[in-house]
Amino acid sequence: MSLPIISVEGLSKRFIISHEGTERYTALRDVVTKKAKGLLQRQGKSTQVTKEEFWALKDVNFSINQGDRIGIVGRNGAGKSTLLKILSRITEPTQGKITIRGSMASLLEVGTGFHPELTGRENIFLNGAILGMGRAEIRKKFDEIVSFAEVERFLDTPVKRYSSGMYVRLAFAVAAHLESDILIIDEVLAVGDAQFQKKCLGKMEDVSKNEGRTLLFVSHNMGVISNLCTKGILLNKGAIELQGDIQNVVNAYISNSNHNTEFGYASDDLKTKKSNYFKKIYLQNSTEKSSSDFAFDESITINLTFVVNEPSPNLMLGIGIQDKYQNRVSTFVTNVDNFKRNGNGICSGTVTLPAGIIAPNLYSFVFVLWIKDVVEYEVLENVCNFKIHDNGSEFSVYEGYDYGSFIVYPKWKYD
Amino acid sequence: MPEELVIEAGRSEKNYWKDLWRYRELFYILSWRDIKVRYKQTVIGAAWSIIRPVLTTVIFTFVFSRVAKLDNPSLAPYALMVYAGMLPWQFFSNALTEASNSLIGNTNLISKVYFPRMIVPASSVITSLVDFAISFVIMLVLMVAYQFMPPLQILLLPFFVLMAFLAAFGTGLYITALNVKYRDFRYIIPFIVQFGLYITPVGFSSSNIPEKWRMLYALNPMVGVIDGFRWCLLGDPMYWPGFLISCLVILLFLWLGIWYFRKTEKSFADNI
Repeated sequence: MSLPIISVEGLSKRFIISHEGTERYTALRDVVTKKAKGLLQRQGKSTQVTKEEFWALKDVNFSINQGDRIGIVGRNGAGKSTLLKILSRITEPTQGKITIRGSMASLLEVGTGFHPELTGRENIFLNGAILGMGRAEIRKKFDEIVSFAEVERFLDTPVKRYSSGMYVRLAFAVAAHLESDILIIDEVLAVGDAQFQKKCLGKMEDVSKNEGRTLLFVSHNMGVISNLCTKGILLNKGAIELQGDIQNVVNAYISNSNHNTEFGYASDDLKTKKSNYFKKIYLQNSTEKSSSDFAFDESITINLTFVVNEPSPNLMLGIGIQDKYQNRVSTFVTNVDNFKRNGNGICSGTVTLPAGIIAPNLYSFVFVLWIKDVVEYEVLENVCNFKIHDNGSEFSVYEGYDYGSFIVYPKWKYD
Repeated sequence: MPEELVIEAGRSEKNYWKDLWRYRELFYILSWRDIKVRYKQTVIGAAWSIIRPVLTTVIFTFVFSRVAKLDNPSLAPYALMVYAGMLPWQFFSNALTEASNSLIGNTNLISKVYFPRMIVPASSVITSLVDFAISFVIMLVLMVAYQFMPPLQILLLPFFVLMAFLAAFGTGLYITALNVKYRDFRYIIPFIVQFGLYITPVGFSSSNIPEKWRMLYALNPMVGVIDGFRWCLLGDPMYWPGFLISCLVILLFLWLGIWYFRKTEKSFADNI
């Protein structure tokens, strides 16, 4: 293998956040008044806006070889999108150097530049040109794009009359037919129905595995990432925390992605504007110590405190367990009326999951306070992540294999 | 191995202009989009680009010729003279307005895709050129109606169109780049355009300006362009020293616009 197709050295990106005013853009007025103030006050104590530096990326180094499929994971604000934006030349780095050896196309948003007034046909050409395809190239692939998007009948309808599903399909179809050595994709599959998502993933797999193209892919969906990618980069607060084999990266992301690893979840009472919300949630093992790591034959106790300012006989508390690919494994609900409310509206209680059922792996919880078909007061996803380790189940010999999320002891009958 | 691309802080790309050329398809298609979308969902469509200049011409002819009784040095009727000035002015003011708002009107593109940003204001100026072409047809119709034979220098008209184009493009580049950071310019532009209509010789001939002020007057670049239009279309006398000044001012603005645009271009996505 020759030189890496992308090499990134010491990449940093700084944003200046100014704490005065909440406007997104500067008005000339502010600049003028600030200058005037500065003149009046001279040096010394100045009432300058407090400007805070924020490093969205800090000294990031990696290199990618041709044909690699890289999954980039990290919490919101970890710098994933900034990294992709710098790589796709939309914004400039503050420091560092990137060398790219090959043509590159990036898809940071589905349907960038689609114009609602133009027809599907016209938008294919427009979007193609925006993504860097020539007219000849688009014409060559036109039929393929149309049939992939399944919009044959609506080609001459303005896209503003499209259903959102059709819109997304058309937009993705154009992007999927880009011919470039490197394809950069930001969480674009979060939209569209499940069937189409599958189709898109299939296409992406096809593109990267069979055509040997390099793929950089950002997603919060660990299942998709671990299926599609070979290597991973875990970003945390603008720095690379881990890179390497995708499975290790995904596991690392899951095991430290909860709000407070030690404690579980704690809300900021002063900030919340919700009327009913979770205050504190943590997990305890059988010896009542708070933990996030449990043995297979150990029970898990969820200790819950929540605030109900708006009681209702139909208010429900729901808890879901999700596996590391964010698939729901199990759900249990109870009526909030079962809890005693103290004077401040605070309810608390515990729920214990029996031992020996949940298969050794990584999981997280979903907590919901809601009234069916009426309102969801609060939905907490990906909190209280926990790990179940095998301490001698009959499956321990299969460690590393995916043998499911729960273990039952079925009744065999041997004839 | 395909070409190597290096991204570094503060690196101004060596092949910026080559890149601009490579993205010409995008330039065509964005212009085409703007033209196509321009008069969608309007009942009379492109007729708007005729109605506005014609009506303004009627009113200006009445006000400046009948009420103010200004001097017309031209051989052509007053209405023709006003329309010959109205053509480049409308083009300039439309193009300037469009170009100035072009970047913030394409926020989604700027923040999600890379391309040389100069394409956006350039294509919006092109759009106004289409309106100009339509209103130009009316100029020819008016000439026939007034049985006016244009002089030979009408062949030089494209040069003056180019001047108007560059005047709008240069100023537009500067303002649209400022607009990304300071949205005040959104409010300044309509004002400049309205104000400009009166300090530019649209409703009257610049020969009404006293001789000693004419050099100064020509600092308004549109003075040179409009004089040039009248010279080409109607054979009006041309004040060449003033024309030269206007040309220089246009080039200065163009240089300034490109310089500032290039300087700020890289932070557009962060600021928009």
